[in-house]
Amino acid sequence: MSEPTFNPAVIEMKGVNITSLHDTSTVVVADANWSVQPGEFWVVAGQQHSGKSDLLLHAAGLMVPAQGSCQVFGCETANFGESQIADRLRVGFVFAGGKLFNQLTVAENVALPLRYQKNLAAEESARAVELILELFELMPFASITPANLAGNWRQRAALARALVLKPELLLLDNPLGGLGARHRQWLLRFLDQLAAGHEFFGGRPMTLVVTTDDLRAWQHPKRKFAVLDEQVLSVLGSWSELEAARHSAVKELLAEPVETTI
Amino acid sequence: MRGNLAKAFELTNTQVFRRAAMPKSYTDLLGRKLFLALLTVQGLGAFALITLGVVLKKFGVARSVIQPRVKQEISRAGVALLPMFIFVALALGFVVVGQTVSALARVGQTAYLGSTMVIVIVRELGPLLTAMLVLARVGTANVIELGTARALGEVEALEALGIDPVHYLIVPRVIGMSLGIFSLTIYLILGALASGYLFAFLQDVPLTPGDYYKQIAEALGWLDFALLALKTVAFGFFIAIVTCYHGLAQPLRLEDVSRVAVRAVTQGVVVCVMIDAIFIVLYLVT
Repeated sequence: MSEPTFNPAVIEMKGVNITSLHDTSTVVVADANWSVQPGEFWVVAGQQHSGKSDLLLHAAGLMVPAQGSCQVFGCETANFGESQIADRLRVGFVFAGGKLFNQLTVAENVALPLRYQKNLAAEESARAVELILELFELMPFASITPANLAGNWRQRAALARALVLKPELLLLDNPLGGLGARHRQWLLRFLDQLAAGHEFFGGRPMTLVVTTDDLRAWQHPKRKFAVLDEQVLSVLGSWSELEAARHSAVKELLAEPVETTI
Repeated sequence: MRGNLAKAFELTNTQVFRRAAMPKSYTDLLGRKLFLALLTVQGLGAFALITLGVVLKKFGVARSVIQPRVKQEISRAGVALLPMFIFVALALGFVVVGQTVSALARVGQTAYLGSTMVIVIVRELGPLLTAMLVLARVGTANVIELGTARALGEVEALEALGIDPVHYLIVPRVIGMSLGIFSLTIYLILGALASGYLFAFLQDVPLTPGDYYKQIAEALGWLDFALLALKTVAFGFFIAIVTCYHGLAQPLRLEDVSRVAVRAVTQGVVVCVMIDAIFIVLYLVT
């Protein structure tokens, strides 16, 4: 494992050019500078196709920046390889829509990272999986494949899968997208519990980054905000700073009426 | 992990050529086709080497997850195909062996029976037919499964969980298909030889089972066993590589999956024929 440099930041981006997952020659965010400290809860807002998912993939070390430096837990993500697997596993990632493995049941999906990383047989991981399924109210769906699961529960199963290895940093790509009111409330409450330190995950405050295309649900004095618009990542700070910025993109993301020219 | 797929993709970025406008002359078209073929060979080679590297480097890693997957793939590319292979062995015996036996008996040349059977069934038809059937039945499913998983982002999800997609998705398929084709070929050869004699017996060919067995046993050398094993494992390995490469190594959209499956099967047939040609040369020089 490479020697991590002393840096308290969980994510540190300096002059990063972020490219699209589907076309690595297209820069979707240019010259991004952003620092996420331990225990912070960040909300990155932007319209569809503004590069939110790509930003998150770079922050997780799943994509290498075209330019600039991106560090996660002090390790340059460009060097992330087999030997940095311990650092990789400190990051949990929840994709938009869940991206569960369709050939596996919900329980098998949740068990897979645990079994693979700790080399456990199905019986050895059964108890741990059962506990996390109970926490997420997923027990009734344990033996169902994702295709037969409603979108609300798929998202919850994906969250359970990302948390089964108890990461320190959790990245969620548009987690409220397509969720019903009850599930939205549950998820927002649960993320706050994670940020404060959930008992199930050892009580340690978790660092969280979520992306959204609708800021209204995320208003909270303790959360920090950044906005992606026209290839620029604007790091705004708290909710009051976000409101004070009077950014035109913020108005749209708050679904406020904006002046348009036809 | 992430690097493995990226390396294979960078080497075979054939999409640029596939999406380009049609060339204006036939020579340009021929040149493009040739270049595409070379890029595909390069990509397949790189993917095969990466897979071999992962097999060796990660031998024993996450054994409790990979071992059941290997068993599952052996079952899929071997055990589950047995009923179909019993039928094909019977058909092959009736069509090829039975007719050859009765034809040779009619001209009084049953002395050539053993060597004819070994060349036709053991060296050629048995392994090649097995490979084609497994390619059609399991290889196609491989491309569709992996292509759909790729298009739905499951590969990125694996990487996000720190799981090497090549280790989890490809290695079990490669091992399963190699062992599956090897075993099925043996069953197909035994079944075809047995049913062939049965057909000849029904036609009152004057040949005892003992003579039939003795002739085949005498025509078989140690090289036949060694090359049969090598050939069938090579068929399995390369069919798995071609189908997995097309399903996994390039970013896909859902609408691309069926087109990619057709391309993978075509290339699979070409690769099998090329391997067969290499082994014919080996048989001739040894």
